[in-house]
Amino acid sequence: MKRGLIMNKLDNVATVLDDVAAEETVTIRGLPSIVEISTLEEIPRGHKIALVDIPVGMDVVKYGFAIGYALTDIPKGSYVHVHNVGSKRTEE
Amino acid sequence: MKTLYGYRRPDGKVGFRNWTLVMPAVACVNHIAALIAKDIPGAVAVHHEVGCAQIGADYRQSLRTLLNTGLNPNVGAVLLVGLGCERVDPRELAEEIAASGKKVGFIVAQELGGTNATIEAGRKIVTDMSEQLAKMHPEEVPLSSIVLGVECGASDFSSSLSSNPVVGYVADTICANGGRAVLSETTEVIGTEEILTKRCASPEIAAKLVDRIKRMVEYSRSEDRDEIEGVAVPNNISPGNVRGGLTTIEEKSLGAISKGGYFCPIVGVVEYAELIGDRPGLWFMDSPGYDPECTTGLMACGSTLVLFTTGLGTPLGNPVTPIIKVTGNRVTAIRMRDDIDIDVSAVLEDGVSLESEAAAMLDTLIDVANGKQTRSEALGYRDFGITRIGPRL
Repeated sequence: MKRGLIMNKLDNVATVLDDVAAEETVTIRGLPSIVEISTLEEIPRGHKIALVDIPVGMDVVKYGFAIGYALTDIPKGSYVHVHNVGSKRTEE
Repeated sequence: MKTLYGYRRPDGKVGFRNWTLVMPAVACVNHIAALIAKDIPGAVAVHHEVGCAQIGADYRQSLRTLLNTGLNPNVGAVLLVGLGCERVDPRELAEEIAASGKKVGFIVAQELGGTNATIEAGRKIVTDMSEQLAKMHPEEVPLSSIVLGVECGASDFSSSLSSNPVVGYVADTICANGGRAVLSETTEVIGTEEILTKRCASPEIAAKLVDRIKRMVEYSRSEDRDEIEGVAVPNNISPGNVRGGLTTIEEKSLGAISKGGYFCPIVGVVEYAELIGDRPGLWFMDSPGYDPECTTGLMACGSTLVLFTTGLGTPLGNPVTPIIKVTGNRVTAIRMRDDIDIDVSAVLEDGVSLESEAAAMLDTLIDVANGKQTRSEALGYRDFGITRIGPRL
């Protein structure tokens, strides 16, 4: 079983705790109910997966707070990292 | 809880090591200082790159760091070693440290006639100082006598999910018992102003904290960004952070601040290596996130123990204050086992609670306070780096 962890119920991303390939199921704990998400692409251990579709410009939320915003539309199950997330505190 | 033992200094402060510190007043005599301390039980030398050719705020910061290193309660006695022509005056520094009641001496290489004469004179003084300190017996002290520095380095996803929150629980426990903890790394609180200012004990403290964060944001934006695998990454997080799964400084900061606990108030903000006050609670020291400089600042501001979380693993140590390395990443706990003191990877791998890991961590912290060597102490790490503001003259 491939594992993931969500830190806050407001989050739209979770951390995967194992390396996952495309089209694998990740079992996410940290919510009252266990959520299963199918991956769209490979995600390395410790990196983030989109729990829902995140439209371009929308906040990417982890720990219940915005950690940045979507630079492109990020479909559910995608790999979420520096290629598709911008930092409000690094840009002007 | 285990019983805590410490060395009470003449000024009432409590240390958990009993070093005779050999401190060069200027980098030019680093090697002399090292040879003075060499193989004398209980003696340790600091190696640094300052003491001359600095001006203004940069000079004052270096001087403050050297002075406050000598004042750290883990140090029982100090020998200042001067060259004779440097800007830092070893006599003045010795007098200021001696005002705390510690035994302090100074020697000057140009007056004694060079390397060998200075080493010989220095070893005589340091041997005597160390023998005197060895007669001291640690006494039972309360948990409130701990000043706990908290720091993270080589962070990855596991830091924010496990090791930082566990350290945060320990920091809260110490503060709730009347002790003090010190959070720093201004770079790594960027984006968490909303959370931290709510914890500040007064609006003035909150304003000072926000001002320091703003300064760091502006500085980090002043240079071009690095590229990693074709993607421009923020200047304020490291390539290793990005490989470890951290995407933005906000994400890194939200994970990083949890090591400063959750409920204890922030009772003051100090400059780099400035002594914190007596008020119990969490203090914030304005500093870079760069590990050797940050841990040096934490020690100089008064930390007598440091809990240092690391996702990817780092070997760093300090000459004066024990640095206890914690990882929440099981792969790192195994691969970097030479350098890791506490493994909390059971939180992510086996579902062990943060609370139970925190209770075990507090026990280990007390063991180290009572004399158990950390991995970096056993391996001989003596990292000491002072952050810089201006250019060298």
